[in-house]
Amino acid sequence: MHIKPEKNRTVELTDVVSECRDISSLLFRDEETRGAKPGQYLMVWLPGVDEVPMSVSAIDMDGLSRITVRAVGEMTVRLNSLSPGDRVGLRGPFGNGYTIQGDKPLFVAGGSGAASLIPLVEETLRQGTTPTFVLGARSADMLLFVGSLEETLGENLIVSTDDGSRGYSGYASGYAATLMEEDAFDMVYTCGPELMMAKVYQSAREHGVPIQASLERYVKCAVGLCGNCAIGPYRVCKDGPVFDADMLSEVRSEFGVSQMDASGRVTRVEH
Amino acid sequence: MSKLSLAVEVAGLRLRSPLMNAAGVLGMSPPILKRVYDSGAGAVITKSIGPVPRTGHPNPTLVRVSCGALNAMGLPNPGVGYFADEVKALKVMGVPVVASFFGGSVEEFAEVASTLSKAGADALELNASCPNVQEELGMLASDAGNVEKVTAAVRQETRLPLFVKLSPNVTDIKEIATAAERGGADAITAVNTLKGMAIDIDFRRPILTNTTGGLSGPAVKPVARCVWEVAEAVEVPVIGCGGVTTWEDAVEYLLAGASALEIGTAVMTHGFEVYGRVNEGIRRYLEENGFSDVKEVVGLAHQTGEEQDSRADRCSIRV
Repeated sequence: MHIKPEKNRTVELTDVVSECRDISSLLFRDEETRGAKPGQYLMVWLPGVDEVPMSVSAIDMDGLSRITVRAVGEMTVRLNSLSPGDRVGLRGPFGNGYTIQGDKPLFVAGGSGAASLIPLVEETLRQGTTPTFVLGARSADMLLFVGSLEETLGENLIVSTDDGSRGYSGYASGYAATLMEEDAFDMVYTCGPELMMAKVYQSAREHGVPIQASLERYVKCAVGLCGNCAIGPYRVCKDGPVFDADMLSEVRSEFGVSQMDASGRVTRVEH
Repeated sequence: MSKLSLAVEVAGLRLRSPLMNAAGVLGMSPPILKRVYDSGAGAVITKSIGPVPRTGHPNPTLVRVSCGALNAMGLPNPGVGYFADEVKALKVMGVPVVASFFGGSVEEFAEVASTLSKAGADALELNASCPNVQEELGMLASDAGNVEKVTAAVRQETRLPLFVKLSPNVTDIKEIATAAERGGADAITAVNTLKGMAIDIDFRRPILTNTTGGLSGPAVKPVARCVWEVAEAVEVPVIGCGGVTTWEDAVEYLLAGASALEIGTAVMTHGFEVYGRVNEGIRRYLEENGFSDVKEVVGLAHQTGEEQDSRADRCSIRV
């Protein structure tokens, strides 16, 4: 088993698109990313600032790939203020990605988590299945990709907002639980705040539905060496970021509960 | 017939296999280290632990290069007070633990070693050789006098087997190794990473935030000459580290004089399975060449063919 080295390289941004409040997409041309699997991520570098993991939110749109960034800290604010023609450094794609299984999948996305699920929606549609998709956000102006999802999924898209400003009023995890009660899904894919995913996992377990959840931890090396992103016996960067029901069950004392900071100290998962 | 045992004894530490993970690789938390042990390692080595928490350097902290990796993590660790509990957790899991540690002064080295000993570690590895904290802490392993002084101070604090891990980034590693031995080291680990750098040609900037980092992986395997040189210079056992990826690499290191081996970067390319695979390869090599114990091949390349032959005769007479 010899893996081709995931070389550091830079790409020029062809476009920067504002998607919704606080969230922008960066588009670029990169051969390596065009070979990504849904659910994989890139390490994105700005010299002198940081290098952070970012889900691939479009693998190959007429040759262009995309990441989608929510401005929450110095690095992500800087990324979102870039312009076409600016450069970013890349490594990857890394990680295991989602495994497509089942004929009746349920997708549950919270906030910027929709970014990781979009390539999977496209792949599922290509295979002839239209998934049910619950898209949640704090408020209407923070619903990511709501327009394009409405176009492709029609009535299979259910929108929920915490403040009730659009669609179902409440948490996406709550609506997902109701759907699992009413209908027999055979796979749940979820990405979003960990506390949301932990609730979705709980519902899936209660209804005996297999699940895949994309986790986030403090990633440094991204190649499975340093162990900083460990959750239980797994490395989120290499064994993940997508965890199936068995893996989630194995790490349930940490999932939705605790994570390691940059020094290796355990801290609480806050959202 | 039962399988040939790979058990070795290094500086009083009994190991079921001569393989360990290199410090800094997968050493942040007990469940991951347990997975290293379950994959075939004889013992596990923790991340280097210091007196207080450190977040390490900001990303990028790793760059893949031809035949290896460059890293500048910057000794991130939760601090020894916190980590003592992790050592205890590993002991509860039944995993032999070598605690790697560092300090910013002679006193700090001694204090951290004392705390880790009390926490129940099976052995200690004094990290005298991190190449990535030079400005802050200096690199201990570049000065023989300091190495001896620190080793001696740590020796006062613990009766555990004490390994001292040295750097290849010195003029004469033999001099440093003998200094560590004089200070009371029970084994010498040779070696830490080789200092290097990578520059992005589009940004025209060093990629690592720390500018320089430590080179590891197959690229540094020929630096096994450090094991060869240290083995000739000291009486205590040598633990080999640097680019071991295949069983052939491991055998080469044993022949150079290593009594045990640390494997790190190979996990990046070959996964956790590397430990089991290298174990199997060593076992097959020993069996196919008529050896019955790992220690029979340790340092064998230092003997001429004739010396090896006469030794083999003695073995056959004894049998």
